[in-house]
Amino acid sequence: MNNIAAIFKKEFKSYFNSPIAYIYITVFLCLSAWLFFRGFFLINQAEMRGFFGLMPWLFLFFMPAVTMKLWAEEKKIGTIEILMTLPIKDYEVVIGKYLSSFVLFGVMILLSLSLPLTVAYLGDPDGGPIIGGYIGLFLMGAAYVSIGLFASTLTENQIVAFILGIVMCFVLLIIGEDIVLFKAPNWLVPLLSYLGLGAHFSSLLRGVIDSRDLIYYLSVIGFFLYMSVLSVESRKWR
Amino acid sequence: MIEVRNLTKRYGLTVAVNNVSFDAKAGEVLGFLGPNGAGKTTTMRILTCYLSADEGTVKVDGYDVFEESIEVRKRIGYLPESAPLYTDMGVIDYLKFIAQVRDIPKSQRSRRLKDVIDICGLEKMIQKDVGELSKGYRQRLGLAQSLIHDPPILILDEPTAGLDPSQIIEIRNLIKDIGKEKTIIFSTHILSEVSATCSRILIINDGEIVANGAPDELAGRAKGEEVIHVGIRGPREEIEAKLEALSLVSDFKRVKSDDDICGYQIVSQKGKNAAEELFHFVVQNHWSLTELRQEAISLEDVFLKLTGSESST
Repeated sequence: MNNIAAIFKKEFKSYFNSPIAYIYITVFLCLSAWLFFRGFFLINQAEMRGFFGLMPWLFLFFMPAVTMKLWAEEKKIGTIEILMTLPIKDYEVVIGKYLSSFVLFGVMILLSLSLPLTVAYLGDPDGGPIIGGYIGLFLMGAAYVSIGLFASTLTENQIVAFILGIVMCFVLLIIGEDIVLFKAPNWLVPLLSYLGLGAHFSSLLRGVIDSRDLIYYLSVIGFFLYMSVLSVESRKWR
Repeated sequence: MIEVRNLTKRYGLTVAVNNVSFDAKAGEVLGFLGPNGAGKTTTMRILTCYLSADEGTVKVDGYDVFEESIEVRKRIGYLPESAPLYTDMGVIDYLKFIAQVRDIPKSQRSRRLKDVIDICGLEKMIQKDVGELSKGYRQRLGLAQSLIHDPPILILDEPTAGLDPSQIIEIRNLIKDIGKEKTIIFSTHILSEVSATCSRILIINDGEIVANGAPDELAGRAKGEEVIHVGIRGPREEIEAKLEALSLVSDFKRVKSDDDICGYQIVSQKGKNAAEELFHFVVQNHWSLTELRQEAISLEDVFLKLTGSESST
């Protein structure tokens, strides 16, 4: 626990030691607010469906950008050699790093709460979908972060980690979309739509919190964290 | 303290470390010597649990490197090659981070921090970011990092590479000081370094240990002959003809000839008192001696001989 906390603290601070965290947060808030208000007054309805609909696509670029450095940079400058020879278990490092990105992402999302507050001030929105939507955002973001973290363990180049992260998130997102399901063989459809990241998000958006969705997101996170641990351990054998 | 038995590590088809066995006893300063790519770093990475081996066992303080890796890591301080550090962290933050992961109790942390800062001479740098430090200070910070938990074993990979001569001497003295109480393994390809600091030398070439012993012992083993420089004032042809006839001279080479002074490098069998004999030889012939010195025993020769790269010099 102490080790995870130490890693978390170091990683989280390092986001704020450089301008990275500030840039991420500012750009994310500007973009999401702009995307939200662009349509808000046109439709003239106090709801956030459009905003939540866009988030999976915005995350696609933001999450890998947050996670790309976690391992790639350590490998590039060689600090991984000191880190992994400290008396610390590989999974503790993985979890510590994961939490640092997740918390940064959490800060971003919490700051975007200004949007629903604005909506509530201007109109009388239905609370269920918005609360469900935010829970969905947290879960989906957490899943994206785990994928991005795994991508970062695969390479020592941050740009490659970034693009790999986008590709992996994109694939997991798109397989649940209608456009893929339409073309897929029938027997694959239930599997694909279950595996798709977006479908579970949509059901949360309706304000329904289903344990299946929770389990889905938690398994994705668990799976990619486990893969990250394996990938980090594999250095020993290559 | 450290027991390495039949260690083998392959990267694909290349064998990086081939059936290496050695021991390091408590309080020993062990120098790893070898050309680039000889397997020094790989061996160190296995000792520090960064890599696994394909075959063989390594025990550190009785703990197996592969089975009880965490216990081993607690006992080792490691400075990897070229001291990789987090450049975006502050010097003091970095040391605190290492102290926390090293599980140094809170009550002792500030004392330990102060100790390593003193030992490594980092007082002036504690306010700075790691990224602002010069190469020499980074190396010191790397060393401080490896010392913070007061480990019985220190493993340093080329601690003096890329430093200027005065920094090299400082780091070397530091190693010597620390080596009074700890077991140290360090690698280098600078020969004078090992003879200056090590109590024992391992020469590695192509992943195999080709020599293992104290510096003097190895230097002595290198040749059964000695080399003597002699300067003689006298007629050249006559000197050379008589040298040729001298039984203790197995080979000679003219290295200098000004007007009437000739300088020779003379190779002779060891234990024949060649220097004294040569003196008498010059006196008997009524020439005069301008120079007579025995070539310092050199590890370079051992090294080149054992690593088989003599032809390249």
